Amino acid sequence: MVKEVMTSNKAVAEAVRLAKPQVIPVYPITPQTTISEYLAQYVADEKIDAKYVKVESEHSAISAAVGASGAGVRVFTATSSQGLMLMHEILFAAAGMRVPIVLADANRAISAPLNIWNDQQDSIAQRDAGWLQIYVENAQEALDTTLMAYKVSENPDILLPSMVCLDGFILTHTVEPVEIPDQESVDKFLPPYVPEHAFLDPNEPMSIGNFADPDYYTEARHDMEVAMTKSMEVIQKTCDEFAEIFGRKYGLVEPYKTEDADIIFVAMGSLCSTLRVMVDQLREKGEKVGLLKIRAYRPFPTEAINEAVKNCEKIAVIDKNFSFGIGGALYADMKVKIDKEIYGFIAGLGGRDITPEAIMEAYEKTKAPENDVTWIGLKEE
Amino acid sequence: MDIPDKDLLAPGHRGCAGCGASIAVKLALNTLGKNTVAISATGCLEVMTTPYPETSWEVPFIHVAFENSGAVASGVESALRIQGKDDVNVVAFGGDGGTVDIGLQSLSGAMERGHNMLYICYDNEAYMNTGIQRSGATPYGASTTTSPKGTASFGEDKPKKNMPMIMAAHGIPYVATASIAYPEDYVKKVKKAAETKGPAYIHLQQPCTTGWGFPSEKTIEMGRLAVETGSWILYEIDQGNFEITYRPEERRPVKDYLSTQKRFRHLNEEHIEKIQKYVDAECKELGL
Repeated sequence: MVKEVMTSNKAVAEAVRLAKPQVIPVYPITPQTTISEYLAQYVADEKIDAKYVKVESEHSAISAAVGASGAGVRVFTATSSQGLMLMHEILFAAAGMRVPIVLADANRAISAPLNIWNDQQDSIAQRDAGWLQIYVENAQEALDTTLMAYKVSENPDILLPSMVCLDGFILTHTVEPVEIPDQESVDKFLPPYVPEHAFLDPNEPMSIGNFADPDYYTEARHDMEVAMTKSMEVIQKTCDEFAEIFGRKYGLVEPYKTEDADIIFVAMGSLCSTLRVMVDQLREKGEKVGLLKIRAYRPFPTEAINEAVKNCEKIAVIDKNFSFGIGGALYADMKVKIDKEIYGFIAGLGGRDITPEAIMEAYEKTKAPENDVTWIGLKEE
Repeated sequence: MDIPDKDLLAPGHRGCAGCGASIAVKLALNTLGKNTVAISATGCLEVMTTPYPETSWEVPFIHVAFENSGAVASGVESALRIQGKDDVNVVAFGGDGGTVDIGLQSLSGAMERGHNMLYICYDNEAYMNTGIQRSGATPYGASTTTSPKGTASFGEDKPKKNMPMIMAAHGIPYVATASIAYPEDYVKKVKKAAETKGPAYIHLQQPCTTGWGFPSEKTIEMGRLAVETGSWILYEIDQGNFEITYRPEERRPVKDYLSTQKRFRHLNEEHIEKIQKYVDAECKELGL
C-alpha cells in the first residue's frame, strides 16, 4: 500500500485504474477534466487495458457507456454540471436498462448565470434517475467509494449504475494524502464483471432496451425501486468487506457525536469536514451538538438516519442545492421521511464558501427558528 | 460471410403491411449473418420489433434512445474489440429523423472516431413513428403533418438534406446510397461495407406506405420510381472513389413518381417543374 499526496480527481483516476474498466468514454468539462486526462495517460502508458473513447459530447459519453456496458464490459465515465445535465435523459435509460456503470461527478453549479464553482445542484437534479448517489468528503473517500461503487452496482441483486459525487474544486483541485491500495487486494475485493443479464454475444443473442407497454412498464420501474431499497444492505455489506481488506470504515451515513446531541447538523460531501470542526468547537463551549454525514443520498437511508437522530431535539440540514418554493433537496427528503423538528439551510451555492460564521448562523437559527428554510450568508441589497 | 438458414429479423413484428423498414433490416442482417450485433435508434423499427417480452431480432440487439445510436454503437464496438471480438459485425440502424436531425452529432462523432462499424439510415423521409412530421430528409414539396399543404403552403419548402455527402465529407472509407427496391445493389453494398475496415455509411431510401400515401403492395414499385426518375440516385464512394452503381436506361419524368403519392398530389405544374429542375441538376452533378 502506497501513500501519496493527490487531488480527489487523481484519487478517482487511481481507483478506476485499479478497477480495470475496459471502456472509458469521456468528454472534458471543468472541474472533472483532470480525471479524464489521468485516464487518457494511463491508457497511453498501458497502465489500463481499455478503449478510451474520445466522444464529442457528454450525451455521447453516457450513450457509449450504456452501449459498452450493455455489451458486457466494466465501464467508467466522469462529468460535471452542464455535462451531467446533458446526460440527463440517458441517465434514466442507463438505470432502466440496469447497466452497472460507475460515473464520477465533480459537483458544480448549473448555469445560468454561468458558474464553474461548486455546489450540488447538478447531481441533485438527477436524483430520480435511478442511480445510486454517494457523496464523498475527501480524496481517500473518493478513491474508496469509486471501488465500492463497482461492487455494489454489479451485485446481481442491484444492477443499477452509481454516481460518485465529489465537490468540485474543494475536492477535485486540492491535495491530500491518499492511501492507494495494491492491485492484488483490489482484485480480491472486486473480481472481474461477468454479467448474466445484459451482454451482446452473437452466440447467445438477446435484445436489450426493448419498449414496454403499460402491462410491463410499472413492474420494470418497481423492480428498480426494489433494487434501490436492497442496495442499502448491499452498500453496508460492501463497506464492511472493504473495511476488512483495507481497514477503512464507511457506511450509508456517518454519525459524529450524535448520541447525546440536542441539535444535529445533516449534510453531504466536503462540508462535513468543516461541520465536524464546528461541532468540536461548539462542544467545547458546552453546546450539545452533533453531525450526521449522509454518504448515500440514493438509496435514501431512512432507517440509518432515524437511528442516528433518535435522541436529538432538532435537526439543521445544510443543502448546497435548492428546489424552488421547497428548500434544499436533502431537507425536503428529511421532512418527508424523518419525524423530527427539522430546519433547512441553503448555503454554498456557486462556490460561495460556507464559513464558520455561516454555520453558526444556521446553528443559532435552529435554536431560535424564524423560518423553516433560510438562505444563509445572503448579502443585503 | 455465413448465409443464415432463416431470416435474422423474425416475422410477426408490428410493422405496417408493406413496410419498407423491415425489408431494409432483413436484407442487411441476412447479408451480415449471425456474427453481428445490431443497434437501433428509437423509431418505427425499434417499436415494431421489440415489444417486451418479444423480439424479432435473431442477433444481439440494443436500443437506448432516439438521438444516440452512433454513440451507443461506439460503445458496443469498443467493448467488442477490447474483448478481442474483432470479427463481429456492428451495424446501427436509424431512421431519417434519428440520423439526419437529432442523431447527426452522435453519428458524426462515431464516424470521425473511426469505429469499425456500419451505419444504415433507413430513410422514409419524415418522422413516421410519431405521425408523419417533416424531417431534414423530407423532400421539397412533400406535405407532412408539420409541413402541411394549405392556402399559403405547398408543403415542405426546403430540399432534402444531403446526408450521404455529409458522411462522405468525414473522409470515411465507404459511403453509399441504396434503395430497398434494388436489393442486389443494396446487398452488394452491405457486403462491401462489412468488409471495409473502419466506418461505413449506407443511406437507404425506404418508401413508407403510411407516410407517403400509396397502396401497401406498391412499396417496391415506389422505390423503383424514385430511382428511375432520378429522384433517388444509387451510388457509392469507396475509398474516395465515386461511382454510380445503377443507371436507369432512360430517366423518367419526376411527375411519374410524384403523382403516385398522396404527399405530393397537391403540387401544381409549377412545383413539379421546379422539382424536375432540381432533380436534373442533381443528376448532372453526379453524372447520371
